[in-house]
Amino acid sequence: MLTDSPDAAHPSADQSRAIDSATAEALARHRSDSTRLLQILIETQDRLSWLPPRAITQLAAGLGLSRARVEGVAGFYSFLHMRPVGRYRVLFADNIVEEMQGSRALMREFCRQLWVEPGKLSEDGLLSVDVTSCIGMGDQGPSLLVNGTTIPALTQERIGLIAELIRNRTPVGDWPPELFHVEDNVRRRDMLLDSGVAPGDALRRAVAQGRDGLMAALKDSNLRGRGGAGFATWRKWEFCRQAAAPETGARAIVCNADEGEPGTFKDRLLLTRYADLMFEGMTLAAFAIDAKQGFLYLRGEYRYLRDRLEATLARRRRDGLLGRSILGVEAFDFDVEIHLGAGAYVCGEETALIESLEGKRGTPRIRPPFPVTHGYLGRPTSVNNVETLALATLIAARGGETFAQCGTPQSTGTKLLSVSGDCARPGVYEFPFGVTIAEVLDACGASNTQAVQLGGAAGITLAQDEFSRRIAFEDAPTAGAFMVFDQTRDMFAVARNFVRFFAHESCGFCTPCRIGTALLRDCLDKLADGHGSPLDLAEIERLDRLLQATSHCGLGQAAANPVLDGLRKFRKAYEARMLHADFQPAFNLDAALARARQMTGRDDASAHLP
Amino acid sequence: MNASFLLDGQPVPFEEGQSVLAAARKAGRYIPHLCWRHDFPAHGSCKLCVVKIGGRMVSACATPAQDGLQVESASLELLDHRRELVGMLFAEGNHFCPSCEKSGNCELQALAYELESLSPRHNLFFPDRPVDASHPEILLDFNRCIFCELCVRASRDVDGKDIFSLTGRGIAKHLVVNAESGRLADTDISPGDLAANICPVGVILHKRRGFAVPIGERLYDEATIGERDLAAAGGESE
Repeated sequence: MLTDSPDAAHPSADQSRAIDSATAEALARHRSDSTRLLQILIETQDRLSWLPPRAITQLAAGLGLSRARVEGVAGFYSFLHMRPVGRYRVLFADNIVEEMQGSRALMREFCRQLWVEPGKLSEDGLLSVDVTSCIGMGDQGPSLLVNGTTIPALTQERIGLIAELIRNRTPVGDWPPELFHVEDNVRRRDMLLDSGVAPGDALRRAVAQGRDGLMAALKDSNLRGRGGAGFATWRKWEFCRQAAAPETGARAIVCNADEGEPGTFKDRLLLTRYADLMFEGMTLAAFAIDAKQGFLYLRGEYRYLRDRLEATLARRRRDGLLGRSILGVEAFDFDVEIHLGAGAYVCGEETALIESLEGKRGTPRIRPPFPVTHGYLGRPTSVNNVETLALATLIAARGGETFAQCGTPQSTGTKLLSVSGDCARPGVYEFPFGVTIAEVLDACGASNTQAVQLGGAAGITLAQDEFSRRIAFEDAPTAGAFMVFDQTRDMFAVARNFVRFFAHESCGFCTPCRIGTALLRDCLDKLADGHGSPLDLAEIERLDRLLQATSHCGLGQAAANPVLDGLRKFRKAYEARMLHADFQPAFNLDAALARARQMTGRDDASAHLP
Repeated sequence: MNASFLLDGQPVPFEEGQSVLAAARKAGRYIPHLCWRHDFPAHGSCKLCVVKIGGRMVSACATPAQDGLQVESASLELLDHRRELVGMLFAEGNHFCPSCEKSGNCELQALAYELESLSPRHNLFFPDRPVDASHPEILLDFNRCIFCELCVRASRDVDGKDIFSLTGRGIAKHLVVNAESGRLADTDISPGDLAANICPVGVILHKRRGFAVPIGERLYDEATIGERDLAAAGGESE
């Protein structure tokens, strides 16, 4: 551990040796392949707890990249640290549902017990505490990550225990295992979660029927992508197959397991209990489009699932379901490797994900060209969501027609919903498409519901009079998040949380999103502080229009949604925060003296302006 | 037969593979831009070249021209978006035109005049961005950076030195140089590099050349940025 280093820029001889051996090992493990830069950075940091300047220099030299480029990549990802961090790094999830369940108060209490300020390294270098974007535990929050590992279901007692373990400097590996136990919380099963399809079933049938048979089943099923956009899966695979590849099989299958949308955790369940369905779906895709290489891009927050997933891959290789000559079919060669993300929501966007897979900053590309023709390393690439691939397996095993009979004509099959918030039974629900909001609310035991946030921060806010709407691509679409807010909740606070999220997650590539999300965040902060005026609402609407119209990718375009919906449907929550004047400056003389009061330890009447 | 598209109702001819922006410029029609240059691939980050095609906003620099396209550029809506974007760039960095060596030669300043964006609309961010005066020949004043990445691209793709890179994310994104010390003096930049001469604003400045041309006689004092851009287009080879 290098955290005791008094001077980060000038490591001691011992520290330099530790840095050099960590970087050399990471480079060797990845054959000094610069496309694996992100994985190399993650593994180097695993050893050193942060990325000292010397490590960046060594990695750049070993990869034949400029140092600036490596620093550029390392600085992009929230979970990579260019400054010393504590031996214990505690990140509380900043999900709005968990905020309403008291996550902020728990964090304050935790900080109080350990004498540390959020966002700062404790003076003894022992720990740092901060917030992070939703970690996929909305059904069992509040939650946190400690050194990258998930702890859900936080309570006063559990917080106290964690503080005690840290105070005693107990290594995280020796903490009581029950702290890390994550519930599945499956509340409703349908054709996917109850399918009973065994590993290899779908592949054997596909091989027997041939590629045309598989594609026909997919086409009959009318399966559409579950990641949000709803593009027909058979069409994506067809485009990818038809795109010219530089050599035979030089196409790639990517499974997007970067489930970063706040309030979404349904892929967590699939990755935990149904990984075979997903991997088999990738293998079917490889069979359909003639690909040899597959990647599972696993969000850094789900790192705790990695070992189990690796074990599943190993078993599938042993069983002849991955690797060379799959099921004995000559030239049917395909394998999957797991790439970890490192805390960047934008990498859920498929072209940003591909950039990240190539070891770069996760900046969305200019489209066209689309990944189906120019994806990973310029090769035709099919990027599919975890749920889509699992469903493809179901369809390949059972045929497309049964699937198409479920749901609505334009949205066939079922949809997994991640239900969280004000309800008796939060968890994963599998419903046929076409289910109404009211039916889901009923099933999860919600009462006095004021609003449902569908599709996460980037989605739509539905008010009571919209609860008869149906979950479907043609009506109320969602990639999976279903957050419930009852009458006691402040919808302004909801929008503010989402806007803060987008400002934190903007990649910063394009002007409107980089600056606009920060300005929007500041506008809502001004309202929250009680300095809002009608002029600010006009300003917010102006920013929203610009973000929607001119942002480079969906992140910036969606960043305005929560506020636009909020202003239209819950305007009272905003107006309650307004002064009646047309304009009110953000600057507050008395508040400006807060720092001086803190420094002098005064808070008496004469330390305040009248 | 010559292919053409309509820009604000007027036909613009184009050659296969040309972008809407490049074709318009060759035809004497100016579409504002900051991160685009005729001899670099489209970057599409500044969004100043936003135009409307078929009801959708797109970057003219990254949109291939197609026969029969109807492109809207000079509408009030788009002018408003561009003004807002320029205003945002002024709010994001620390831009003090009256004392800046680049004043009069600065594309951001010239574009603000062109778009009549004359006063700030947003609270300024006042970021803390120390200057790097370590190099004997070249000064880096990061306060003015607009993240067009022209220096990054020029150094990487033309000079072959990879001296500049962006790190950080979102509003905290910033420019760094290729040295463990973080100092420009410890890189192999030289004043003749394209990267050292490409900055559209006043980040990368050559030392001891301050105000050689008096304010009032500079590039955009004599002609607007639109006029300059179109005049330059005539002399460029594709």
